[in-house]
Amino acid sequence: MTENREQKNIRLLKILVLVGVVMFGFGYALVPLYDVLCDITGINGKTNAEAVKEELYQVDNSREIRVEFLTTVNELTPLLFSVQTNSMKVHPGQYYTVNFYAENKTDKPLVVRAIDSVSPGLTKDFFKKTVCFCFSQQTFKPHERKTMPVRFVVTPDLPKQFKTITLSYTFFDNTEQSVKK
Amino acid sequence: MSAVVAEHDHHEEHHDHGPAKGLVRWLITTNHKDIGTLYLLFALAMFFVGGLMALVIRAELFEPGMQFVNPTFFNSMTTMHALVMVFGAVMPAFVGLANWQIPLMIGAPDMALPRLNNMSFWMLVAGVVLLASTLFMEGGAPACGWTFYPPLVLRDCGHALPFAVFSVHMLGISSIMGAINIIATILNMRAPKMTLMKMPLFVWTWLITAFLLIAIMPVFAGAVTMLLTDKFFATSFFDAAGGGDPVLYQHIFWFFGHPEVYVMILPTFGVASTIIPVFARKPLFGYSSMVYATASIAFLSFIVWAHHMFTVGMPMAGELYFMYATMLIAIPTGVKVFNWTATMWKGAMTFEAPMLFSICFVVLFTIGGLTGLMMAVAPTDFQYHDTYFIVAHFHYTLVPASIFILMAAGYFWLPKWTGNMYDERLARFHFWMSAISVNILFFPQHFLGLAGMPRRIPDYAVQFADWNMVSSIGAFIFGFSQLIFLYIVIKTIKGGTGEKVTDEVWEDASKHSLEWTLPSPTPYHTWSTPPTEVPSEHF
Repeated sequence: MTENREQKNIRLLKILVLVGVVMFGFGYALVPLYDVLCDITGINGKTNAEAVKEELYQVDNSREIRVEFLTTVNELTPLLFSVQTNSMKVHPGQYYTVNFYAENKTDKPLVVRAIDSVSPGLTKDFFKKTVCFCFSQQTFKPHERKTMPVRFVVTPDLPKQFKTITLSYTFFDNTEQSVKK
Repeated sequence: MSAVVAEHDHHEEHHDHGPAKGLVRWLITTNHKDIGTLYLLFALAMFFVGGLMALVIRAELFEPGMQFVNPTFFNSMTTMHALVMVFGAVMPAFVGLANWQIPLMIGAPDMALPRLNNMSFWMLVAGVVLLASTLFMEGGAPACGWTFYPPLVLRDCGHALPFAVFSVHMLGISSIMGAINIIATILNMRAPKMTLMKMPLFVWTWLITAFLLIAIMPVFAGAVTMLLTDKFFATSFFDAAGGGDPVLYQHIFWFFGHPEVYVMILPTFGVASTIIPVFARKPLFGYSSMVYATASIAFLSFIVWAHHMFTVGMPMAGELYFMYATMLIAIPTGVKVFNWTATMWKGAMTFEAPMLFSICFVVLFTIGGLTGLMMAVAPTDFQYHDTYFIVAHFHYTLVPASIFILMAAGYFWLPKWTGNMYDERLARFHFWMSAISVNILFFPQHFLGLAGMPRRIPDYAVQFADWNMVSSIGAFIFGFSQLIFLYIVIKTIKGGTGEKVTDEVWEDASKHSLEWTLPSPTPYHTWSTPPTEVPSEHF
């Protein structure tokens, strides 16, 4: 057992511990990587999370796209949630407004957050919202009922193969979280 | 670090001295054989603890309806059975074998970092005790599946979650320290003539496994830390309401989880490649292809993780990629099965217990691999996902593969370690009982899964009753058969059949590997001077 071998062992130990630490960091690096990957591939179908400016498009009257609306409440959220219509026909480039309704079922204040997604995921870049209740948390007083308009446009550069877009909202109870924060 | 150096000087001066006296010996030992023994005995104990949990599960599933336990406790049992078997039994057992065998096989006097070695064992014990303590707490042990998927785990795991998370941290640190030690030993401590491509395959598979461990255990530690901060510190890694994504957890988990299953199977391959040539009395067929196949499997394990989650809603391109990449694994694995078969081809085979278990491993592991291939096909996986078919699949790759090979390793090396021969007749009886009952236990689960029985349920529709009963009967026969193994091991340590074994133990074994050139039982200190000649794989 030479001194030299001892030194080699300790050096290897240091390198391998470093590898372990780097891999721990890599686990965390997977979080932003995942978001980037989803963004590129459109896996999550996440549309714009902040309001976009209303710009004018050339309305394409030759095409009609069916836009469907889904309203879901995560199982523990005490909220009634509905939409004025289940689906509508839209022309790309034209702005539309659709009303969503939500009511707090409890006699306590409620903080909720809606998470939106579109399907097929690849249409996410062609579906823009200028007004949406999903841009921020919503606070409901006890038994308060709200009407929440969503103003959106399907941009004319939507690829030809997409005929139907489904917009889905899920409400999550965030009361506890916002208390903690 | 100077303490480590001093430790070695100490060895140099008094290498004739035996171990310290009394129980303290086991607490403070830095001898690779002592630590190997500790690991193996701990793993054996955990094997029975985990097995008892499995019997609770199978007893409840013996017939439809709720019989013995409440659903939450049932879910705790499935969760704890998995965690105890993976982190308490199979992994420590292979680390124990590595501690015993790697220095003997490469001609090293001890592991490279003996104190670290001691620490990694006792951290393992601490981690498992921490995990087991949840069984006695209000709210009970984790009941959310060993994969800890959010959002369920954040809502239903109760007090057990932080314990489980910190336990995973300790088990992870223990594994990483063990892995570092193994890599340092293999890379720095080999006898002069022991080149990398002359190392026994068991050493090779452990070298690759150790790299896998260092790469994945920290990622798992990170994933469970995110769960912890999501639950207690208001982060939203996996909480959709805060902008996180529960599916992200599955990606991180399986980035760890898929290589993890190879952590359990690669050393299995290594032991099988060590035992089969000895009893076929031929060199291992295709040694270098075995090395490359092991490395390929290890590499592929990092790029196939999402085949565990075909049903989460991936784009078509993702499903196709993960499907084809997964199928690719069948190629290096097929090379291995071919090589084991070719090693036996025209060999002068004898069928002692280690060989019986190894042959059974080759056959039954191939069945497990084949069902894996079926599930790799993304469209059909939608039917198999989360059913008993997957339960049958991974139990075929873990029980008659990893567990059987660990039994084989026990019978194979125990005479070398103790100098006593085990009872061959009883060992063969143990083999036949295990080999038959393991099939009664797990084969019907394929049918149950294909018929649509979901996994992790305490009660089921009556149409599944018959095969569940068969499976439970198999489980009890298998479970109690393992007491024969316990009896044989204890008896062998205490003197065995009374027949003293030769240094070689098995005919011509010394042509295969260095440990058989040492005296039996193995002295407390070996290879104080490294061997001058090493066996060639091509004798």
